[in-house]
Amino acid sequence: MSEPLLQVRDLTQHFRVSRTFTVKAVNGVSFDIYPGETYGLVGESGSGKTTIGRSIIRLYDPTSGSIKFEGKEIAGKLDRATEKMLREDMQMIFQDPMSSLNPRKKVGDIIGEGLDIHHRFSSTAERDAAVAEMLDKVGLSQAHAERYPHQFSGGQRQRVGIARALVMNPKLIIADECISALDVSIQAQVVNLMKDIQDSTGCAYLFIAHDLSMVKYISDRIGVLHLGYMVETGTTEEIFANPVHPYTKSLLSAVPIPNPEIEKRRHSIAYDRKAEGVDYSQGTEHQLEGTHRVLATDEELARWTA
Amino acid sequence: MEMNEKAILQFVDLDISFRTNAGVVHAIRGVNLDLQKGETVAIVGESGSGKSVTVKAAVGLLDGNATINSGQILYRLREDDGSERVVDLLALSKRELRRTINGRRIAMVFQDPMTSLDPTMTIGKQIMEGILLHKKVDKATAYARALELLELVGITHAEKRMKNYPHQLSGGMRQRVVIAIALASDPDILICDEPTTALDVTIQARILELIKDIQSRMGLSVIYITHDLGVVAKVADYVNVMYAGRIIEVGNVNEIFYEPKHPYTWGLLAAMPDLETDDDRLASIPGSPPNLLHEPVGDAFAPRNAYALKIDEKAEPPMFKVSETHYAATWLLHPSAPAVEMPPELKARLERARKEAEKYL
Ligand SMILES: Nc1ncnc2c1ncn2[C@@H]1O[C@H](COP(=O)(O)OP(=O)(O)OP(=O)(O)O)[C@@H](O)[C@H]1O
Ligand SMILES: Nc1ncnc2c1ncn2[C@@H]1O[C@H](COP(=O)(O)OP(=O)(O)OP(=O)(O)O)[C@@H](O)[C@H]1O
Ligand SMILES: [Mg+2]
Ligand SMILES: [Mg+2]
Repeated sequence: MSEPLLQVRDLTQHFRVSRTFTVKAVNGVSFDIYPGETYGLVGESGSGKTTIGRSIIRLYDPTSGSIKFEGKEIAGKLDRATEKMLREDMQMIFQDPMSSLNPRKKVGDIIGEGLDIHHRFSSTAERDAAVAEMLDKVGLSQAHAERYPHQFSGGQRQRVGIARALVMNPKLIIADECISALDVSIQAQVVNLMKDIQDSTGCAYLFIAHDLSMVKYISDRIGVLHLGYMVETGTTEEIFANPVHPYTKSLLSAVPIPNPEIEKRRHSIAYDRKAEGVDYSQGTEHQLEGTHRVLATDEELARWTA
Repeated sequence: MEMNEKAILQFVDLDISFRTNAGVVHAIRGVNLDLQKGETVAIVGESGSGKSVTVKAAVGLLDGNATINSGQILYRLREDDGSERVVDLLALSKRELRRTINGRRIAMVFQDPMTSLDPTMTIGKQIMEGILLHKKVDKATAYARALELLELVGITHAEKRMKNYPHQLSGGMRQRVVIAIALASDPDILICDEPTTALDVTIQARILELIKDIQSRMGLSVIYITHDLGVVAKVADYVNVMYAGRIIEVGNVNEIFYEPKHPYTWGLLAAMPDLETDDDRLASIPGSPPNLLHEPVGDAFAPRNAYALKIDEKAEPPMFKVSETHYAATWLLHPSAPAVEMPPELKARLERARKEAEKYL
């Protein structure tokens, strides 16, 4: 394999909310993303997925750990040149489209903003053409460039966020729940589009989502997060064919399926960490087959694989 | 207009447009929809098809540039003394809606949680506010109830979380707070606009079960907007499929999932990957929905419909009856239409689904 594009080692991100309450959002997470691949990050609400994305793109200052992008350390203080590189080569599509789009700007200018800042065109006509092409690619029309974010439906707004990231041609795109708000047919269009763009530009995705059927479909490798710990990671094949961690198993059992008679009767496998007596801070990473790793104590691993 | 006997909420020929710089957008073009007491009705459909606008009209939350051209939204209001009367929600003033209906009788959970939370107020305060507004209880009771609701929606360390501000919560936690606020006033009708899109499957299942539980205990009626067909399969009694401002197919959940009739519904079902999908590309419905700045001529879905007939270019299809509960607006159901089958891959998939389900029937 080539050198990883992104290398995250022991990333920790804590938030001090008050004198007596610190949220340990991310606790010693490690993973790699290779050029041109899609890494899917899944886990329950509040498990730290968005926080990991925001730490990587440096909207937060990591509490500790190392993040290397193209071999360059980016977890600490950034110099100008590195910061500029990050702003161009890494883009994030945000979970909450309304609060990430400037309400006073026309959508055309929101999408073109990155192009403007980094002088990515030689004439206004060229810029407008790039924006129009992008709108078309995400399934909106050129006329939409003149509208403001609040004049769109939720799904249309999300596509504006996608267009804004894709137009920069970045090497890594952090896509935080970027298709969750879309209806299935547009989801399919956007996922196909993301695949096409990956094929033609070789960009990599950190794909954060909770829809496991979609994550399975799009990802080369998957990381499963729980309570800020990476409890299991491996290729999509390894995770789906042979899930080891009980949390992963419970996640896989909860995927809703479009079959009413079955869905109305089905109950997912419950996972109660405390009842099982699992303490993540005691576990260490165990290497299974290939790139498959699981966080466990020796005793837990023996129990789960028995 | 006589209200349907069993309905608690009924949308009748609702028609809405928006004034924009580019012209008038005719977003809702004659929507009819019934919600019966204690039932869950799902609305599914492509982004921009008008799902949110339809339900926002019922709670008086349309944007300022909206015009209601025609229609009624009838609500069977039950007074505290047990007497009933039918009110047209569209005939009430915003003030009346706020005083007697919103929150207390009809509660809504929005698609984008940040828009319904106050960023400057702790979430505990926000939940308590709803309780204090609609119930005659003291502060301590409201606090206890708020705490209980937070725990019900699966938020741990609820006591500490009460003091958090919205931005200190993850996306899914915020969404659950909004659900807690909606449930705080024990409403008759709960309208959920994509309430679980930001939630992972385990929490989602839990919230859905919570809503179902409240439903069976208190006869809550639910309108559920989502594009996740797996969720629809789990929660819905009836499904309305919406396209370009109209309901184009309605039926009970089994009719829609096992015997869909409208080509658009076929497209929706085919586009959803199941865990068995590993084709290189997902089936998607080609093209994009019509721009409702221009009134569609004929069937609004025709340009994207591989099964379109000549007549689709000229006339909008009426609702054809398939069964007592199942209707679809496609000319394919006209007695003189050629016999057309759904795509073979979808047919095979639905057959598989039916076979699996038969084990339980
Ligand atoms: N700025 C912040 N201040 C305090 N706590 C925070 C902040 N941002 C996130 N958190 C906390 O960190 C934890 C992880 O949040 P995060 O948003 O990463 O979750 P997530 O996995 O993206 O969840 P979801 O699927 O619900 O979006 C949560 O407990 C959240 O309350
Ligand atoms: N204030 C407004 N001004 C102009 N057009 C509007 C306004 N609000 C909504 N629309 C338009 O009305 C149509 C229906 O919007 P609506 O929000 O109901 O869609 P939706 O079905 O809820 O979609 P989604 O699944 O993306 O949330 C869309 O074409 C939208 O652009
Ligand atoms: Mg998140
Ligand atoms: Mg909507």
